[in-house]
Amino acid sequence: MDCHPEVWGRPRYEIYGDYDHSHLHTSGPMQHTQQPIVTGTSVIAVKFKDGVVIAADNLASYGSLARFTDVKRLRKFNSQSVIGFGGDVSDMQYLDRTLGSLDTNENYSNSDQPLHARNLHTYLSKVMYARRSKFDPLWNAILVAGLDGEDMPFLASVDLLGTKFSSPTLATGFGAHLAVPILRRTVPDEEAVQQTTKDQAVELVKESMKVLFYRDARSLDNYSIAVITKESGVELKENEKLENQSWAFADQIRGYGTQVN
Amino acid sequence: MASVFHPGPPSGTPKYSFAQQPNTASEGARQHSFYPYTDNGGSTLGIAGADFTIIAGDTRSTSGYSINTRYCPKVFRIGGPESRIALSVVGFAADGDALKERLDTILKMYKYQHGKTMSVAACAQRLSHILYGKRFFPYYVHAILGGLDEEGKGAVYSYDPVGSYEREQCRAGGAAASLIMPFLDNQVNYKNQCIPGRGTGHELRQRVQEPLPRKDVEQLVEDAFSSAVERHIEVGDGLQMIIITSKGIEEIYKPLKKD
Repeated sequence: MDCHPEVWGRPRYEIYGDYDHSHLHTSGPMQHTQQPIVTGTSVIAVKFKDGVVIAADNLASYGSLARFTDVKRLRKFNSQSVIGFGGDVSDMQYLDRTLGSLDTNENYSNSDQPLHARNLHTYLSKVMYARRSKFDPLWNAILVAGLDGEDMPFLASVDLLGTKFSSPTLATGFGAHLAVPILRRTVPDEEAVQQTTKDQAVELVKESMKVLFYRDARSLDNYSIAVITKESGVELKENEKLENQSWAFADQIRGYGTQVN
Repeated sequence: MASVFHPGPPSGTPKYSFAQQPNTASEGARQHSFYPYTDNGGSTLGIAGADFTIIAGDTRSTSGYSINTRYCPKVFRIGGPESRIALSVVGFAADGDALKERLDTILKMYKYQHGKTMSVAACAQRLSHILYGKRFFPYYVHAILGGLDEEGKGAVYSYDPVGSYEREQCRAGGAAASLIMPFLDNQVNYKNQCIPGRGTGHELRQRVQEPLPRKDVEQLVEDAFSSAVERHIEVGDGLQMIIITSKGIEEIYKPLKKD
């Protein structure tokens, strides 16, 4: 009998023949991330005169299966920025780890100017663009909300291709179709940002989260919401529940056309 | 461009990446389904005058039928405060930003190393080399570079994605290039315009092209964009113009229709 430790637990050659290694060899091109697996849906955010509100629900879907219902997709970065992740959850966790070590490294330097949201957005956009250029993307759509170097509200987006842009209202995924039109109705431009209060902005985001729960099949009624202002820093609430949903009209609807009752 | 109308697997034109279905081939190896390009729409325009250059672009950024933002500039001053060169990039915005930052850095390094600002002709050739450097994974952009040449005349250089370039009087790029360019041929280079009252046939004489005054060019740019906005869904929101003269660089922003 063959007693070498490297064959412990293997089928015995004299009975089963040589161990078949063929499945370990991959032929064809090297495989990188080609599709997201466990995914988060929309992240939505809006600027107001003193800061930014950002929200995302707590669901991580596995295809159409609502697999993980307590996944926090808003991550706080130091005291003045929040990052909202849509797309692949494992890539989100990788980025969160990367940002964690970035924060650690930053704290070793004795500069009194901590990284603000604009720096963070630039950093993330370089990471995302470098990865897409290696054909090995981080399959995420990301919103960065917080304060820039002048303590002004900052909100910007970056996606798996490294495309970046900024706007008074932003949303990823389904939210870009459903939430943005609602948010833009109140906050169409920078001028309107100055007219919007914190309470109005929070109300607006909650209303948009409700619309997303009604119409996005990969969404959940549990969500996280964060408000970033200069005065109180990051106020992150991670276990909010949608309120005042309207379903009462549904029992009036019967059939698909001619059925009367 | 045609982005939204071709959601299938890679066919040569850039498309909106999230619209893609994972490509499951039936044979052994799975195909790469990640497509590294997209099209962010928008349009740009450069016109050279006798002693000035205007580089303009709309400020809309799109993904498919969605508007990402109404203000995302695609015309940039490059090379620091003393430089008199502007670059516009339209197509895939992430490549455009990367290209802009590389050229900007090169211009700054040139200043540090040679103690003078780069001439627009030198910059134009350098940009061509940058683009050709990624010949087999191109920057998916149509770049237009503008400045003043060594005689102080307006200069516009336009590029294809892999670095072929040419100095021109005027050039439109991006989504609405095909709408704007014929208008410029007629209004800037006086194509198909004849001197009136000379009769027909062999008597006809082409109207001679002369440098346009700055006011007229600004008006032409505005008209070109407001008509492009009417007929192309990816163009709109705002018009950004960078005007380069020997005195310095001015920037003008004008709103466009947001529909």
